[in-house]
Amino acid sequence: MNIKDSLLELDSVSVTYDREIVLEDIDFRVRENDFIGVIGPNGGGKTTLLKVILGVLPVLKGKIRFRDDMLNMNSIGYLPQVHTGDAGFPVSVTDVVMSGMMIRKKIISRMSSRDREKAHQIIGELGLAGMENSSLDELSGGQLQRVFLGRAIIGDPKLLLLDEPGNFVDSTFENDFYGKLRDLNKRMAILMVSHDIGIISSYVKSYACVNRKLHYHPEAEITNEQLLAYGCPIKLITHGDVPHTVLKAHS
Amino acid sequence: MQADLLQYDFIVKGFLGALFASITAGIAGTYIVTRKMVFLSGGITHASFGGIGIGYFAGMNPVAGAALFGILSAFGIEYLSMNHKIREDSAIGILWAFGMATGIIFIYLTPGYAPNLMSYLFGSILTVTDADVAALGIMSLVLIVYFAAFYRTILYISFDESFARTYSPLVNAFKYVTTALVALTIVLNIRMAGVVLVLSLFTIPPNIAMLFTRVYSRIIVWSVISGFAGTAAGYIISYYAGIPVGATIIFTLVIIWLTARMISRLSGSLRRKAHLIKKSNLPIN
Repeated sequence: MNIKDSLLELDSVSVTYDREIVLEDIDFRVRENDFIGVIGPNGGGKTTLLKVILGVLPVLKGKIRFRDDMLNMNSIGYLPQVHTGDAGFPVSVTDVVMSGMMIRKKIISRMSSRDREKAHQIIGELGLAGMENSSLDELSGGQLQRVFLGRAIIGDPKLLLLDEPGNFVDSTFENDFYGKLRDLNKRMAILMVSHDIGIISSYVKSYACVNRKLHYHPEAEITNEQLLAYGCPIKLITHGDVPHTVLKAHS
Repeated sequence: MQADLLQYDFIVKGFLGALFASITAGIAGTYIVTRKMVFLSGGITHASFGGIGIGYFAGMNPVAGAALFGILSAFGIEYLSMNHKIREDSAIGILWAFGMATGIIFIYLTPGYAPNLMSYLFGSILTVTDADVAALGIMSLVLIVYFAAFYRTILYISFDESFARTYSPLVNAFKYVTTALVALTIVLNIRMAGVVLVLSLFTIPPNIAMLFTRVYSRIIVWSVISGFAGTAAGYIISYYAGIPVGATIIFTLVIIWLTARMISRLSGSLRRKAHLIKKSNLPIN
């Protein structure tokens, strides 16, 4: 495999967490402009996959290779599943968005007025203009989610990792949010963990099914039979003229 | 003449002590309060009493013993809870009592009378030496430089440690250095307010500041100012009323905090009212 084609490659990677194998013998690659939906059952290892790519969890076996320009840590943006930040902490929206540039600042971390301008521009793009100096406990869940998306993209990453972004998105912003992701996808590859295939199916270009093993499905269409074959026991919602949910047939 | 000089020395030492205590406690206190580490800091404080006892027994400087104990217990708690070996609050509770017990046993075993025991428990400006004041002065300088140089880093790690970890492998190193500085700051302030009371020097001023601002750097500045006001006022009151200085300082700080709360409540409701009036004056079309 020529690493130049890919942003990163996982080569028979196995990962353990608390002495249990979470990911086993995984081959996976992410190319430029990819928009991959990472699906699979709870506890199947979706978040672990993101953490391995981020370098937070060690690899037990196998190799992860990055394209040279990916080795700068700022080249990966990350939107965590749970908001680990303390909403009562005294930071402003601008502060949080700027924190996405922390690594570029090395250890001594002054922010320039240009950094601040860039943060304000991104805050505006995300529809949060006027809230630059608000503290986080004044925001709704959906607004908070956008602030954290701003933090993930301010460093102009080449790869954006999203962990269940739908959890906090309110329905009024849902279309905007995924539309924004589609925009971002023109500049960066996106890897999005989600359990809600119904919504993401109109945005992602391909799927990775993670359930200890990883199966890559290179098309945007995926069927129940394929999911079954991949060992991915999840519910699939289809689109049609009448909105409806398809449940597994009775035997 | 002699008495004047003594009084002059007493006032200067008191003033500088109060100033340096307010600076160190204001900076470290903002870190402790915003990171919700108050209980952890209480554990460090009381564990360091073990070091004071051992210092006495071994005939060395008790503050050095306390510093060693304080820093080691801080690292111990961080390490144990980070590796999920024990629940953090349990670890703190155990260390808290263990430190006190160790201190009491070694002071008891020390031959002769331990004259400054009460001053370590409740603080006394009278027993504060020039060296204590100088140490606090140096600590003030160290904290100012450290927090100014690493302001953003400290802010972001405090706000969202697990996210910071995805960006930088230095998060743990930073946490340990900052925790060590905080532990050292607490120990140096024990001379001022005592093991039992010192923590309120760290917790009350940031809580006063946070009633009026949500900007981290301003919380630090207002913590130092309100801390100094409370410490200086308490110092003067205790001198004229002839009551223990540590307790008087804490009492004064709590009064300031309660007053500030009332003011911020009042101004908050006034502002809301003004806002409502403005809204209702808008033309309806």
